[in-house]
Parts: sequence; structure tokens; C-alpha cells
Amino acid sequence: MEKARKLRILVAKPGLDGHDRGARIVARAFRDAGFEVIYTGCHQTPEQIVSTAIQEDVDMIGLSILSGAHTYSFPRILELLEENNAKDISVVGGGIFPLEDISKLKEIGIKELFEPGARLKDIIDWVSSNISPRRGVVLKK
Amino acid sequence: MDIIEQIVSGDVRTIARILRDIDDEIPSAMNILQELYPHTGKSYVVGFTGSPGVGKSALVDQIAINYRKAAKTIGILAVDPTSPFTGGAILGDRIRMQRHFLDPGVFIRSLATRGHFGGLSKSTNDMVNVLDAAGKDVIIVETVGVGQDEVEIANSAHTTVLVTIPGMGDEIQAIKAGIMEIGNIFVVNKADREGSRKTVRELRNLIELSARRHNGGDWEPLIVETEATKGRGIEDLYEAIEKHRAYLLATHSDKWRQILEKRARIQLMVVLKDQAFRTILERVEGRGDSLDEMVRKIVDKESDPYTIVNRIIDMELK
Repeated sequence: MEKARKLRILVAKPGLDGHDRGARIVARAFRDAGFEVIYTGCHQTPEQIVSTAIQEDVDMIGLSILSGAHTYSFPRILELLEENNAKDISVVGGGIFPLEDISKLKEIGIKELFEPGARLKDIIDWVSSNISPRRGVVLKK
Repeated sequence: MDIIEQIVSGDVRTIARILRDIDDEIPSAMNILQELYPHTGKSYVVGFTGSPGVGKSALVDQIAINYRKAAKTIGILAVDPTSPFTGGAILGDRIRMQRHFLDPGVFIRSLATRGHFGGLSKSTNDMVNVLDAAGKDVIIVETVGVGQDEVEIANSAHTTVLVTIPGMGDEIQAIKAGIMEIGNIFVVNKADREGSRKTVRELRNLIELSARRHNGGDWEPLIVETEATKGRGIEDLYEAIEKHRAYLLATHSDKWRQILEKRARIQLMVVLKDQAFRTILERVEGRGDSLDEMVRKIVDKESDPYTIVNRIIDMELK
């Protein structure tokens, strides 16, 4: 009788961008969809974000960024996840991304990017369909 | 290294994953808890409780600095409420502890109550055990903070810190049994606000009136005033907690052991209830007996819950 695992998602804003309304709204939408959301808010460094993601054993990191600093922070976060053996944590972005950056970011491993106008329902549907909780740890004997 | 070795040596990723498995009630986690048990019993557990918004997270953040200065490693479990309607939760205590995110000596974990009452989650005690086995010197548990019913922490923590703020005056008067009795240390946070001295006085009165008999009764609860966001009063709080710890460990007292016994008893009961229920339910369903059919019989007055359960017990246990 295996219980369904709850999805755990980290919502954070890397860098100096202080506009957190979108992130809070999405965090609440995730809660209303039945997920557990760790919300660490603004002014997070990539190192802090990855450290949190690992301690909290999240399935997905949702990065909110409107300042253009995604060009540094997103690849850096992916790099740190790899260094810490945590590549299985999916990374998703929300905010403002120039068109030419979107395909580049997806190429390096960002699973999806949500731009202004993205509907909450679409975001939730995407997460429900694409992110699954990781499997349990098995005790080796 | 196998999983047990990884946990005992403090590997963050493995610890984080086991905590998750425990929270999600994955069966294999039970085996791991079993193997970890011999490694537990060394951590000092401090509980922070009190109504929402009084500043528990900020205090935990501050007190962690003191413990780190004393070269102690820390595990922090911060509990937030699960929405009863959606099953989801926003876990936002961690946001107040950012200064510790990159410190390898501090492990912070946010958890949701997942329908459990009493201030903690069902998995909290087991998570304390994991952090204990992982070698954390101090484990701080921050309860969900809905107030009066949050007495569960007293059975898990060696020292329980109850946090209030000024202006809760009338509410303090109205607090009856339960929460006042579990505090070993009382904190009046946001002490810069009006009414702080009055709140301290009222607390002192209430402490004298209420059951000081908890845990043998020779510990006089201490009252500390703090301003967590400014770091004021934190030294006093740290000293108060350390005083209580010294009291527990004093060679003529078996208080430390009493706490361990309380926790062990509760864990025994919880695990027994869980396993027994799970096993019986599996057998009942395995035999093809339908719970829906039992429910139908009850509503159609062909049977009742007591008869049905007696029959199940007869079949499974006698």
C-alpha cells in the first residue's frame, strides 16, 4: 500500500531582483495544487539555492527572475547541481527572458521557461505532467 | 559506503533523502530507522513553540549563531501547516535563517504537518532520530505555531521554549491548561513594543499559579526578553537554555533519562499502532473483504462498527 509522494518545490529568486509578487503568486498556486513549496524569497545566491534544494530534497527548483541576470545564475545553478550530484533536480524559470536566450537555456538543461502572461493553470499542468517525485532510497545489504 | 554509514558520517544528500522517505512513509525507510537507532540518543533537542508571528524562526536563526560559535553542529526542523483543503503547504520558516544556508554545520529542513495535530508532523520524531544519528549536537524543532494545543513538542524536546509577544495580554490570561505547563523557558519577543514589562509580569504570575509540577517541579521557568530581529537578548536566551540543559544533566537527577523514556514510549506506541493497523488492513483487503461493503452494512444497519472490528480482530489476532 504505497502512498503517493508529495511533490516538493523550491521557489527562489536569484540575484538582486526584488520583485517577488510573481514568485509569491506561483508559490501559492503550487500550494493550492497540493505541492509542498519551500519559499526562500529574494536575494539568493546560486550557492544558497542549491544548498537549500539539496537539504530540502526538492523535485524541482522554480527560479523567478526579471532582471536579465539569468545568463549568469541559471547556468551556475545547473553547474552546482552537477557538482553536488543533484542533476536529477529539475530547474524551471519564470520571468523575463529574451527570445534568443530561451532556446539556449533549454539547451543547457533548463526544463521550461514561463514568460509574462503564462497562466497559473498552465504552469500547474506542466509541473503535474513533467515533474515526478524521485523514487525512494534503497538500503543496500 | 552504505546508506547507514553515509548518514552517520553526515552526508547531506543521503540525510535529506531519508528524511523525505520518512515523511512520505516509504516502507524501506522503516528498515533504515531500525538500523540507525543504535546511533541515536546523543543530541540535545530544543523545541520552540508559540503562536504564529511571534518570531520563532527569527529566534531560531539567532540562537543558531550562538551554538555555532560554541562549535556545535545543528539540525533544524521547521514545521508549517498543510492546507486541509489542498494538501499543499508553503514552508516559509527557512527564509529567516538565510545566514546559515552555506554553513555545513547547520542542516535546515522544512516540513509540513500533513494533517497531523499537536504542533508537529507525524514524522518529526523519526526525523529527529535521523539528525541525531547523523551526529548533530543540537536539534532545534520549531513547531507550527497555532497556539494552545501545541503540547506535543514537550514530549520530543529536552527543553521547550515558549515564545510570546507583548500585547497578547488578555490572551495570556485566557490560556488555560496545556501550553503554559510545557514551557521550560518563556520568551517575550519584540520586547521593544509597548506592554512588554506587563507581559513579563503576567507570565511570572501565571507561571507561579499554573502547574510547575511538570517534570518533578524543581525547575523554575525562566523568562527572557528578546528582540530577535535586532539580536537583543539572545545571549540571555542562550544562557537560559544552557541552564536548563545543565539542570537536566545534573548528576543527582535522572531528568535526562526521563525525557528519553517519554520519547521512547511515544515512538513505541506510534510505531505499534501504525504497523498493527497497516498489517491488519492489508490482511483484510488481501482476503477480499471490502471496506466499502462494511460501510454499506453499517449504514444499512446490517451491522455496526464494533461488531465488524471484533470480527476482524478475532480473525486476525486470536
